[in-house]
Amino acid sequence: MSQMTMIEAITNAMDTELAKDTNVLVFGEDVGLNGGVFRATSGLQQKYGEERVFDTPLGESGIGGLAVGLGLQGFRPIAEIQFFGFVFEVFDSIASQAARMRYRSGGRFTSPITFRSPFGGGVKTPENHADSLEGLMMQTPGLKVVIPSNPYDAKGLLISSIRDNDPVIFLEHMKLYRSFRGEVPEESYTIPLGQASVVRKGNDVTIITYGAMVHTSLQAAEEIEKIRGTQVEVIDLRTIQPLDIDTIMTSIEKTNRAIVVQEAQKTSGIAAEVIAQINEKGIDLLEAPVLRVASPDTIYPFAQIEDEWIPNPARVIEALNTVLDY
Amino acid sequence: MNKVHEHKNEESIVFSILNSDGVIVNKAAEPKLNDSELRTLMKRMVFTRVWDERAIKLNRQGRLGLWAPVSGQEASMVGSEAALRKEDFILGSYRDIPQMVWHGYPLYQSFLYSKGHQHGGQIPEDVHVLMPQIIIGAQIIQTTGVAMGFKLRKQKNIAIAYIGDGGTSQGDFYEGINFAGVYKVPAIFFVQNNQYAISVPLEKQTAAESIAAKSAAAGIPGIQVDGMDVLAVYQVVKEAAERARNGEGPTLIEALTYRYGPHTMAGDNPSLYRTKEEEDEWKKKDPLIRFRSYLMNKGIWTEADEESARKEAEQAISDGLKKANETPKMTVPDLIDSMFE
Repeated sequence: MSQMTMIEAITNAMDTELAKDTNVLVFGEDVGLNGGVFRATSGLQQKYGEERVFDTPLGESGIGGLAVGLGLQGFRPIAEIQFFGFVFEVFDSIASQAARMRYRSGGRFTSPITFRSPFGGGVKTPENHADSLEGLMMQTPGLKVVIPSNPYDAKGLLISSIRDNDPVIFLEHMKLYRSFRGEVPEESYTIPLGQASVVRKGNDVTIITYGAMVHTSLQAAEEIEKIRGTQVEVIDLRTIQPLDIDTIMTSIEKTNRAIVVQEAQKTSGIAAEVIAQINEKGIDLLEAPVLRVASPDTIYPFAQIEDEWIPNPARVIEALNTVLDY
Repeated sequence: MNKVHEHKNEESIVFSILNSDGVIVNKAAEPKLNDSELRTLMKRMVFTRVWDERAIKLNRQGRLGLWAPVSGQEASMVGSEAALRKEDFILGSYRDIPQMVWHGYPLYQSFLYSKGHQHGGQIPEDVHVLMPQIIIGAQIIQTTGVAMGFKLRKQKNIAIAYIGDGGTSQGDFYEGINFAGVYKVPAIFFVQNNQYAISVPLEKQTAAESIAAKSAAAGIPGIQVDGMDVLAVYQVVKEAAERARNGEGPTLIEALTYRYGPHTMAGDNPSLYRTKEEEDEWKKKDPLIRFRSYLMNKGIWTEADEESARKEAEQAISDGLKKANETPKMTVPDLIDSMFE
């Protein structure tokens, strides 16, 4: 065990897989000598050579197409999209090509690609860097979508993503990269895709969340316990596609109350999907409507007002109070 | 210096070997093909023409789905594929099904693809082609990836992208050839410039002097070839493939050709965007007429050969169609089962 930041755990996961499987390749803009703009690939080119860890020209669509082509040849590309706000440039390769490869070919060809990309607000980026676009990915059949909230999960989930024989979108919240350290084993381990994690036990109300909002939710849970003694259970989805509805329903059977917290804009997001599935599976379990805490339905704000836009513990507590007092 | 570059006509930048009368105008560049290989080129062009005529009829009868007519482009299609090895990988568009079939993709599966059956995309394990690409230009960047795969595995194979003139306006065209140039991968980007992207003519597609000239932006060689001349197409691709196999990197080839029919069978009406006179001008350059004349002058092709080639094609198409029709309908579980591993 050693203490790692989330970005160190991500580097460590790629290092582990590059060492294990010569079919694993890492490429993207500035990922080679420079080690990535966030240093996620730091030292990997020096260790594995320019054939396996390499810079691409500046062209996201080219990166995606290269990944699809290499996937056809049996490689396991880890393609870095420098910021997920740039995903629209590579959306064809992700949604029309990689996601559909297995289906279109009846299993003859696959796209065992991991698209890694930083996203998320609260770090004062320029425009088009911080958007939470995971909802678009979740609505694209054929993709798995992973969003870790801590260093341990990041390593185990990234290794699972790299080994997965279908395309995985692996989204790394920038605010979590270096904000804290956690215990991470040096050796290889996996966390199965599609398994949520109960990160805080409680009997009174469930918060379903993912990414940086796990921490916001945990903070709110601590505070509301002090205020009114509420025992909040917090579920970290970890992968939003496939969605672990079983873990969610097990918790709701116990608490009968829930809210969903997401950083993305409110409309048609992950929270909406989670609530729809809860309604389908067990509306009779609920003592109150399931509420959403989300960002407003606007374009992602300029840096000066982003802290007011992103959900904070106070807004989470307000929603908890509403469902508790319903 | 290779043959193609050595013998480019000074006045025209278009590489050719046979003129429209089937006379050799570039003796030194003539590929070294034996009589049997030459006859095979002719048989395949006849087959492709018969197939196109039949597919158009079948589509009109509602017995076939998507079909993008190919008549006029036989020399570009047959000549380019013939210059490849079986291990080379083809990534084409929905009009490039003939090259896929000549590369080993079973004809009946092409019919299933057209009819919207998943088995159409289940390319046999030993056939190195990807399902036809619908998104214009997407295969260009994928070709660079497939070619990089060959390079990383130290295999002497190449990847070839087939696109049309319209495809060269896509951003993916530039990204694909640019990446290929940077990584010096064994790839060929073969553009069949049939003069129209559905209805939009080339002059409204680009202000570039030619499509081949666009290669300069990626720092790779580009060449224009007479796409109605099967020998010239064969030779240009052969040399580009050799260069690629020798580690000399990718080539952009622009084959000047013409699609006699509509864009697809889904209601396109070419008379809205091109004249009968223009169509007749191109038909004078017909790839089958000139190559037939060349072979007949050589004494290795007869009317009887032509007739038997047509019969053979008709029979193979009927057999393929029968097999496609006998294939059980795909099911919804097939869809669900193939979403993920």
